[in-house]
Amino acid sequence: MTSLNRFPFDTSVTELLVALRDGRVTSQDLVQAALAQIERYDRRVGAFLAVRGEKAMDQAREVDRRRARGEKLGPLAGLPVAVKDNLCMEGEPTTCASRMLARFVPPYDATVVARLKAADAIIIGKTNLDEFAMGGSTETSAFQKTRNPWDLERIPGGSSGGAAACVAARMVPLSVGSDTGGSIRQPAALCGVTGLKPTYGRVSRFGLVAFASSLDQIGPLAQSAEDCALLLEVLAGHDPRDATSINRSVPPYREVISHRPESIKIGYVPEMLSDGVSPDVVRTMEEALNVFRSLGAEIREVRLPHARYAVATYYIIACSEASSNLARYDGVHYGYRTDEKAMLAELAEERRRLQQEGNLAALDDLDTALVRLYRKTRAEGFGAEVKRRIMLGTYALSAGYYDAYYLKALKVRRLIRQDYDRAFETVDMILGPVTPAPAFRIGEKINDPLAMYLFDLFTVSGNLAGIPALAFPAGLSTEGLPIGVQLQGPPLSEERLLQMGHLFQQVTDWHRRRPPLIEDSPQPA
Amino acid sequence: MTLTRQEIEKVAFLARLILTPEELDEMTGQLGRVLEYMALLNEVDTEGVEPLAHAVEFANVFREDHVEKSLDREVALANAPHRDDECYLVPAVLGDV
Amino acid sequence: MSMGDRPYKIVIGLEVHVQLLTESKLFCGCSTKFGAPPNTQTCPVCIGMPGVLPVMNRKAFELAVKTGLALNGEIARFSKWDRKNYYYPDLPKGYQISQYDLPICRGGYLDIPAEDGEGTRRIGIIRVHLEEDAGKSMHDEKAGRADSRIDLNRAGTPLLEIVTKPDLHSPTEAKTFLTELKLLLNYLEVSDCNMQEGSLRVDANINLHIPTDDGGHVATPIVEVKNMNSFRAVERALTYEAQRQYEAFLETGHKLGDVPKQTRGWDEDAQITRPQRSKEESSDYRYFPEPDLVPVTITEEELERIRATLGELPAEIRRRLQTTYQITAYDSDVIVNQGRAFVDYYCRLAQGCGDGKMAANWVQQDVLRTLNERQWTIAQFPVSADNLAELLRKVRAGELDTAKARMVFAEMVEQRCSAAEAVQRLGIVQVDEGELRRLCEELVAANPRVVAEVKAGKDKAIGSLVGQAKKRNPNVNPARVKEICLELIQRQA
Repeated sequence: MTSLNRFPFDTSVTELLVALRDGRVTSQDLVQAALAQIERYDRRVGAFLAVRGEKAMDQAREVDRRRARGEKLGPLAGLPVAVKDNLCMEGEPTTCASRMLARFVPPYDATVVARLKAADAIIIGKTNLDEFAMGGSTETSAFQKTRNPWDLERIPGGSSGGAAACVAARMVPLSVGSDTGGSIRQPAALCGVTGLKPTYGRVSRFGLVAFASSLDQIGPLAQSAEDCALLLEVLAGHDPRDATSINRSVPPYREVISHRPESIKIGYVPEMLSDGVSPDVVRTMEEALNVFRSLGAEIREVRLPHARYAVATYYIIACSEASSNLARYDGVHYGYRTDEKAMLAELAEERRRLQQEGNLAALDDLDTALVRLYRKTRAEGFGAEVKRRIMLGTYALSAGYYDAYYLKALKVRRLIRQDYDRAFETVDMILGPVTPAPAFRIGEKINDPLAMYLFDLFTVSGNLAGIPALAFPAGLSTEGLPIGVQLQGPPLSEERLLQMGHLFQQVTDWHRRRPPLIEDSPQPA
Repeated sequence: MTLTRQEIEKVAFLARLILTPEELDEMTGQLGRVLEYMALLNEVDTEGVEPLAHAVEFANVFREDHVEKSLDREVALANAPHRDDECYLVPAVLGDV
Repeated sequence: MSMGDRPYKIVIGLEVHVQLLTESKLFCGCSTKFGAPPNTQTCPVCIGMPGVLPVMNRKAFELAVKTGLALNGEIARFSKWDRKNYYYPDLPKGYQISQYDLPICRGGYLDIPAEDGEGTRRIGIIRVHLEEDAGKSMHDEKAGRADSRIDLNRAGTPLLEIVTKPDLHSPTEAKTFLTELKLLLNYLEVSDCNMQEGSLRVDANINLHIPTDDGGHVATPIVEVKNMNSFRAVERALTYEAQRQYEAFLETGHKLGDVPKQTRGWDEDAQITRPQRSKEESSDYRYFPEPDLVPVTITEEELERIRATLGELPAEIRRRLQTTYQITAYDSDVIVNQGRAFVDYYCRLAQGCGDGKMAANWVQQDVLRTLNERQWTIAQFPVSADNLAELLRKVRAGELDTAKARMVFAEMVEQRCSAAEAVQRLGIVQVDEGELRRLCEELVAANPRVVAEVKAGKDKAIGSLVGQAKKRNPNVNPARVKEICLELIQRQA
């Protein structure tokens, strides 16, 4: 029990569940520990946008009571779980880290939130993200920056930066994120935690505030593949409210995690270890390949010829869909709305000026009050990166550019998918880097959108192809920053990916390393 | 691919955004560079390639035609920034906008 | 194709939106019932709240396919959904889910009665597709309100858009097309097409072909006319618009392509069309495939299953009534226009009484009048076709004259009883033939002057004998009295 008290969330979730069942620890203990850890570190880390302190404690108490009465409890009963703030939760603000939704309170639960509730998990709070999940550093959040627990001057990655940082800082054992172009895997890698992007359609998107609907997918973040398996089992499954959700039964991921797949062939793409990739990442990849080799896997080279087009393809498609998905934020039905009086006064002033100037053409072109309401609302409600992506997507879909950009990108998307299909004819999965370098410094790329986009080059193709990928820690940089690798597999191969990740984690301890922030500061009594 | 300020302004209107002159300059430069990068796709031969719009390709997902309970009006309107007892309110809509 | 009296040929294409008869909306479970208080039939999906997703209503899809089949179109084996992006406060998502390049149905036609009453005209259909409706913006200018109010009850209601070829050549023809389309959709139970409740809306594209001296023609710019709230308004608006375009052409000489396409709204009060403000950019809808919905495929077997539900359609029924019951095109039209249940009533009546024309007269006059007076549907009508047939058989057998039959009919309606019962209730006693003959003999004997007049060729004089007969016995059949008396008088000669 003392080991649990010191850093409860260093313990695997499986062990925590056993401890809960055996009465060695209560749900209230765990929620209290989570709240204490958040209290202690989150002022510096900034992982949470909202913490449900008392409500979570009430729920923990209730779970403990039900357990004491011998009632049947859900598979995550009493465990604190963090949820990314682009997942709707009935009665709780769901902001997407945007001024636009600062005061939006949904009257419905996302399917994954409902599933967590049904599993008796305790949702401890909502985690920070890049605004509308658009970004790779969590710097575009309208409310706060999240810092990497391994180095507070660095970004935690994004967009699920809060979701990864809170696991890394041992605030929660389990966390739910979303991945549109790497938003689970990239922060997991940069924060030294394990994260899974499931097959598109494996987890219902209902209630996930859409960024790019054909790419968005919800998935688990935790310290280990085993813990991810446990959470995925709860999140996954068919949902009649999501027409793109896959109607196939969910394997018992946790139960089968220790099954050792026989004669596994793992591919890797040699080109990915060359141009522009940091030596630390190359070394980590090579070491990871060696680990798998030593575990009996056959390692083979594979080719993904269209991988170099993935970033361009991804940003055209993602921004096009985003430009449409974000059209609903117009200040009419919910969300932020500009100060209408000020807006009308401004418009009247413009009209007066144009009349004085006798500028009839401009006068004729002047916005109506309604159009100006939309434009001001959106100009004030969205941050710079969101606006950039809306602009880019609007452009790519507009008359005269559709074929050259959007349609072209959809065709290249198929080629990227076909590359994977071909590769998976010869190997079972592909091991690759997650990022070209470890976490960069806060502010380093914020004014260079293209550099920021290019940081996604290893993750976006998985979303374009809709395939699952597991990211996990596999080393530290010379500066002591975590470096992750990812295993990508064919559609619905989560089970195997988790098994191989688990196998890796049986013989390595990268996933158990704690950020210095926590090492250096002993827990208060 | 170079973008003009006029093009950016036109796109901003389509997207119902309004940009300050500074934002307009910045956006023109940034989007120009991003689009230049996107031109990379021109080197891919996509002759005869079917576009892929969905990551998972399946068809025929329906719901049955059953009525479910709607939201109480108060709940539906609870998030509206400007409303009366029954409706959302917007500045006068007269004809097309 | 004639220009009629006009110095130009009119070219009209219609875009018709009809609301489908589903219980729930296209993508969510909210009710589609008309007339609920504002914003009481909405949910996160049709309000377009963040994170929610649409799921297609199977019935709506099947109704769309059914319509496509009935319009003789080609049903797409693979159909998909697209987003049409534009901003309007009654469109909560900022896009409408519609179909762009792969509509459910392409091509097809509808035959409509020709204007001269002879035969039919075939009007081509370009496409039929499924889409969601927007909500409603309400602006009360008279109340001096600064704000418009938005009601989203209608948002997400399934609509079918039917686009015709520019095959209509007069405002009357446009109206006839709409009438025929409405009838078809009523028969299919696809839509009630009630314009007052907004379940049928129509926009028209219209221009003119003006003959030139070299035997060719010039086309005037195409104008889209909106805001027409009844079939009559369509006819009037298009009549007005055609003449306006002609005058505008004489004045400006503008041809098709000289000016951008204009949209004009019909002003019902002023009975004119007025230009509507629209920005050039608003036509850039940035269509792209809807990522939240998967495509739909349909097999030959499914198509056949839906085809089997079509039933007999109005044009076929008209033809059948005319050949089977020997009634006129006009009569078959009136009967078919009343709907499938009325047709069934008529057919049973015609068979039961053995006289199609007589049955046609009775349903059109007596039955329809009663239905209209009482605001009944044929299903609510208390006199069954079999009972009415019994009555008509009595008339045909000479047991009742038309006037009496009408009394009996009224009694049957009031008392919800059979013809025999009504006859009895009214105390109408069939006069024995022998008794009738004796009565006539007496009258002929007692009225030599009348007899003389009749013999002199004044047939009308016989009316006096009929009148006297009725006075002496109100139950006599006047027609029969007339027959017998004439026979007696002729025999005297």
